Amino acid sequence: MASEIAQPETTDAKSVGIVQTQYVTLFEPPHPLTLEGGQQLGPITVAYETYGELTPERDNAIYVCHALTGDAHVAGKHSVDSRKFGWWDGLVGPGKALDTNRYFVICANVLGGCQGTTGPSCRNPATGQPYGLRFPFITVGDMVEVHAALVRHLGIETLLGIVGGSLGGMQVLDWVARYPEMARSAICLASAAKLSAQGIAFNAVGRRAITADPQYQNGDYYGDEPAKYGEVGPRFGLALARMVAHITYLSEASIERKFGRDLQHSDHLAYDLQRETEFKIESYLHYQGKRFIERFDANSYLYLTRAMDYFDLTQRYGSLQKALGRTNARFLITSYHTDWLFPSSQSKEIVTALVETRRHVTYLELESVFGHDSFLIEIEQLEELVTPLLLETYRRIRDV
Amino acid sequence: MPYGVPDPTAALTDRLIMDQIGRGSRVLDLGCGDGRLLCRLRDEVECSVQGIELDHRGVVESITKGMPVIQADLDEGLDEIPEHSFDFAVLSQTLQQVRHPQNLLQRMLRVATRAVVLVPNYGHWRIRVQILLHGRAPVTGSLPYDWYNTPNLHFMSMLDFRDLCQQMKIRIVREIPIIHGQAAIGAWGANVRADSALYVLERQE
Repeated sequence: MASEIAQPETTDAKSVGIVQTQYVTLFEPPHPLTLEGGQQLGPITVAYETYGELTPERDNAIYVCHALTGDAHVAGKHSVDSRKFGWWDGLVGPGKALDTNRYFVICANVLGGCQGTTGPSCRNPATGQPYGLRFPFITVGDMVEVHAALVRHLGIETLLGIVGGSLGGMQVLDWVARYPEMARSAICLASAAKLSAQGIAFNAVGRRAITADPQYQNGDYYGDEPAKYGEVGPRFGLALARMVAHITYLSEASIERKFGRDLQHSDHLAYDLQRETEFKIESYLHYQGKRFIERFDANSYLYLTRAMDYFDLTQRYGSLQKALGRTNARFLITSYHTDWLFPSSQSKEIVTALVETRRHVTYLELESVFGHDSFLIEIEQLEELVTPLLLETYRRIRDV
Repeated sequence: MPYGVPDPTAALTDRLIMDQIGRGSRVLDLGCGDGRLLCRLRDEVECSVQGIELDHRGVVESITKGMPVIQADLDEGLDEIPEHSFDFAVLSQTLQQVRHPQNLLQRMLRVATRAVVLVPNYGHWRIRVQILLHGRAPVTGSLPYDWYNTPNLHFMSMLDFRDLCQQMKIRIVREIPIIHGQAAIGAWGANVRADSALYVLERQE
């Protein structure tokens, strides 16, 4: 969900270089995945990328969980000519916090997504038609089940770390609750053990924007020929959903600093209602909406936001203490004081449960102007914390 | 506010604090600095530890040592720390630096069964002499600050501290004056001779 408000600088010299997305099919018959909602799903294709080398001991793997609209492409570039680096290139690469000279880093597109892993825009092998709304209901827990299956498929039993922000952070928490033995460290940024009512509210508006678009056609908008994103379906609804969501990723201060009340086209007001993008902030949001529909599927947006709404570790395990008290992973929890979508109070709730159950937890409320998006932007701030945490965790298991 | 300021007698006070803490206890170190004491408590006394530190550099150094640390201001109430979740809460050379020492003491004894508190003793004769003879704010080896740059907001003697405990219905389980870098339990004239004192405290039932 990175905004374009401030992109960290990145160069080829410090990058992992050219990488390729890989694909694997899991949960093949007769072993479908039984989803939390009760339905079964399989086979499931998973799109993933890896960086660095796995040690012979298989003890240096770190799993990155992406946020709502992210993908498996965390670091490096897909081709020499490409100008676009992975979404967390500042954090993942040689000599960086997730040091690819030292660690084996994995990231996969989530179940229900639209960047290569099985989701509602994929064709159901049983019918040959895109799933659309016939895709089963999925939860954060289901996403984690697929991640865990991928990790096992790669021959890894224990991860050195699981890292993620926002919806990615929810996956981190669900993972250590579900498989307490599977991680040595858990890094959960700008996230929560349950989505707040405010978060559900914004998701509801986004979904309504999509389903109210006449082009939505009850989810069956794909047509017979494979089309690019943005060519078919509820383009306006999806763009609107993104515009609303995008505001929640920013902060009042960051919007004020970057745009203020500046006008886009002129020095003076036009007194014309037809001018839709008169202020710079309007133009920016429209641009974000337009860019988004070129890379994202509307049905995926519905499924993934719903999974986020449903996420509630307390409800699932009876208490946060029960959910998180069984793992020996070392936690690093961070929140950002300008993040009003996942406020610090939600991170503190996790910290309290971890302290109460005598877990190893480090927590900081970090200063940043960038709101919820801070975890994607303030790379140096994160690096300063993540680097020693991973190094020390790794040193300790190697010493034993 | 720089909690955990460098302390020349750190090795001694660390030892003294560790002696008050039972093997395998759950310990909270308030103002843990670079995590040095936490590390020793974990490795030498098999404690389950948690640090709290405000200074960013201290937090990073604690992480580097593998110590769990929460960045927080001791004056903000320690809301993240659940009640009765620790056996010991340690506060070394920091009580005089917080804005509301009473609140902090109270909170410590809510989150932990016992508090181990190390405080400077402003009743020391050298401080008395400086004020009396020179008419100036005291600067000594254990209080190496000028009045305008000292992190110390409160000045109390051992007698004052005992009064506060009585007033707050806190029981002093142990009082250890530190004289010339030595623990001197029951020493004569401690309020005049001790640079600092270590207290083990608990709630009066």
